[in-house]
Amino acid sequence: VKIYATYNIKGGVGKTTAAVNLAHLAAADGQRTLLWDLDPQGAASFLFRVKPRVKGGGKALIRGTKALDEAIKGTDFDNLDLLPADFTYRNLDLLLDETVKKPTERLARLIRPLAAEYDALFLDCPPSISLLSENVLHAADILVVPLIPTTLSVRTLDQLTEFVAGFNGRRPRVLAFFSMVDRRKKLHREITQTLSAEQPVVSPTVIPALSLIERMAVERAPVTAFAPRSQAALAYRGLWSELNAG
Amino acid sequence: VVTSDPRTFVLDSARGEDAIREALGRAYSVTEERTAAGSGTRRRIWLDTFDWRLHGVGLVLEHEQTRRGGRLILSGDGGAVITEQPVTGWQSSRATRLPSGSVADRIGALISPRVLLPVARAVSIRSVFRLLNSDGKTVARVLADHSTSSGTDLDVRLQVAEVRGYPAQARRAAALLAAIASPVTAPVFAAAATANGRPPGGYTGKVDADITAAMPARVAVATLLTSLLDTLEQNVDGVLRDIDTEFLHDLRVAVRRTRCALKLLGDVLPADLTGHYQIEFKWLGDLTTPVRDLDVYLLDFGDLAGGLLAATAADLEPFREFLVRRRATEFRRLSAGLRSARFRALTQDWRKALAEVTEPATRRRVSARSTARALASDRTARAVRQLTRRGAAITAQSPAESLHDLRKRGKELRYLLEFFAPIYDPADYRAVLSAMKKLQDCLGEFQDSQVQREEITRLATELLRDRTSPVLAATLLAMGEINARLAVAQRQARAGFGDRFTRFAGPDTQRHIQALLTRGDL
Repeated sequence: VKIYATYNIKGGVGKTTAAVNLAHLAAADGQRTLLWDLDPQGAASFLFRVKPRVKGGGKALIRGTKALDEAIKGTDFDNLDLLPADFTYRNLDLLLDETVKKPTERLARLIRPLAAEYDALFLDCPPSISLLSENVLHAADILVVPLIPTTLSVRTLDQLTEFVAGFNGRRPRVLAFFSMVDRRKKLHREITQTLSAEQPVVSPTVIPALSLIERMAVERAPVTAFAPRSQAALAYRGLWSELNAG
Repeated sequence: VVTSDPRTFVLDSARGEDAIREALGRAYSVTEERTAAGSGTRRRIWLDTFDWRLHGVGLVLEHEQTRRGGRLILSGDGGAVITEQPVTGWQSSRATRLPSGSVADRIGALISPRVLLPVARAVSIRSVFRLLNSDGKTVARVLADHSTSSGTDLDVRLQVAEVRGYPAQARRAAALLAAIASPVTAPVFAAAATANGRPPGGYTGKVDADITAAMPARVAVATLLTSLLDTLEQNVDGVLRDIDTEFLHDLRVAVRRTRCALKLLGDVLPADLTGHYQIEFKWLGDLTTPVRDLDVYLLDFGDLAGGLLAATAADLEPFREFLVRRRATEFRRLSAGLRSARFRALTQDWRKALAEVTEPATRRRVSARSTARALASDRTARAVRQLTRRGAAITAQSPAESLHDLRKRGKELRYLLEFFAPIYDPADYRAVLSAMKKLQDCLGEFQDSQVQREEITRLATELLRDRTSPVLAATLLAMGEINARLAVAQRQARAGFGDRFTRFAGPDTQRHIQALLTRGDL
């Protein structure tokens, strides 16, 4: 199984839309795919029309009293399953801290039994830098980092790459991309061009700010499913092939 | 036995999609999924051997062809898939060997040496319905298969497919369907085969005559012989088309049983019948012998070649080629015989003659002494006495002929038991038959080895005379080795005879035989 995590310290940068569309593309490619909605807000669960609820809550999952696969729900798409969000996920940090041994590697251990069942696993993380995000960074093979084109967001990417570089042993590959880009804004154009030229971890693929992507919340489906030939879907497809190229 | 899956249903073909939508609409909004994987048209051909070997053990084999490709699906008769394998460019419509793969691995030994024949066909069109909850989320699917076979509409098969994490919704959907459809009691293949004119299990090589204990003896014997004639005729086409070796085998068994019945029971038939047909059926038996003997050699050839110690399988290859050539020649002779006026007259006149015996108008009131029951007891008792007496007389010095003769008597007894099986107590019948079988296997091994040894000597002589290719010394030596192995097998069989016979003649088996003759379906 290949584990992808969509992550950024900042919120509202397009993590969930990326996770939902990329997971849908993976499944459409024939990969057995699971998306774990780790964000207590449950946006990914909402987009797949699944109730954001897990029996026993985050506690049962983290402590292992309930196996992850019992909580999994099939989505409306072939090969694509979802592990829903739950409001108790807001306490995941505390729960992880309670596990005595290696609290930073708990998540990686929990998902290990799913390796045989899935080819691709997407972790959609809540924004923050916390014990949970550290767990996610340890579990992932690829960190997919959406950036909005501001000078500040570029600094957070530096922080993240430094943090990952400090890991002992296994380090995830980092792939950042610009999201919510408005081509009409000069600043957006400049930042995206300079950065993707300077920084090897920044993808040349750009996800534009499009109303069709916002429509996902109305359609409650991936844009790659309800508008597969749209510019938005094409952009995500470009990103997906780049993730697979490395 | 078909165990019905609580998630599958049969809907009358007259009730369409509307009935499904209406039933499910009580709890869900229902939308049809046009592009669902697995939807669309499937051409389906079901395969089995002529004697229904797969059906006999509860297996169903289907060759499915869709736009996406073909596959073989082996399932239980309850519908659960056991294994499947993709196949391309394979024609199931002609009698043919299975392509290698998981299906062949699973059933190869079971069907050997028979080939698979298409036994039913259907075209199925699948529609997939999504059941949506109030969030518009798919929480279950219903798959509907509309099938037609030979222009007949078959029942619509419905199946509830669970969406992971929503088991309660699948149960609910099944409950809604239960209101309009009934549980599956037979696989769709059974309906398709029946529409095709060949209901599953319709042929058996076993004796299968509807005889009752109280029947007049002559009617029972004529009924039995008619049933044997049915079996014989059912196999003629397969023999002529040379589909597999077992058509001829079953045809020969039917001939042997007929001859045995004529010999042991023929006296209850009108006097002029028996003599004539004994001659005709002997002719038919003899006609089929050469091809069968060669078939036996060729079927065993792998084992024979594999068991060589000094010689190699390659040494034996010219012998195999010779057998194949010989078989082609003998097959032409057999084929001509089965197409001859003599054969046609035999089967047609025989059927007519038997029909006259069973005709109600010719039936008279029967006394208790001339019922099927009385006949069965009398002849079986006589056959047991003969077998026991002759068997007891055999010593280590007895010539091979006396064992050969004993085998024939044993076979006669066995056939008698099979003829009247419907009127015997099943437990006694099974016990006697099992003791008989052990004795017969031993005598059979002895006799078959003897015949094969004589045959291989004769074939070696002919091989030397055959001008098509020069014979290598290595080939003859390899044949000699086979001859020696047959001699060893024969000696072992002879050594085992005493024990087997003692068991058969012992009190346990004799008690069952006595019970067989005195109780049962009266």
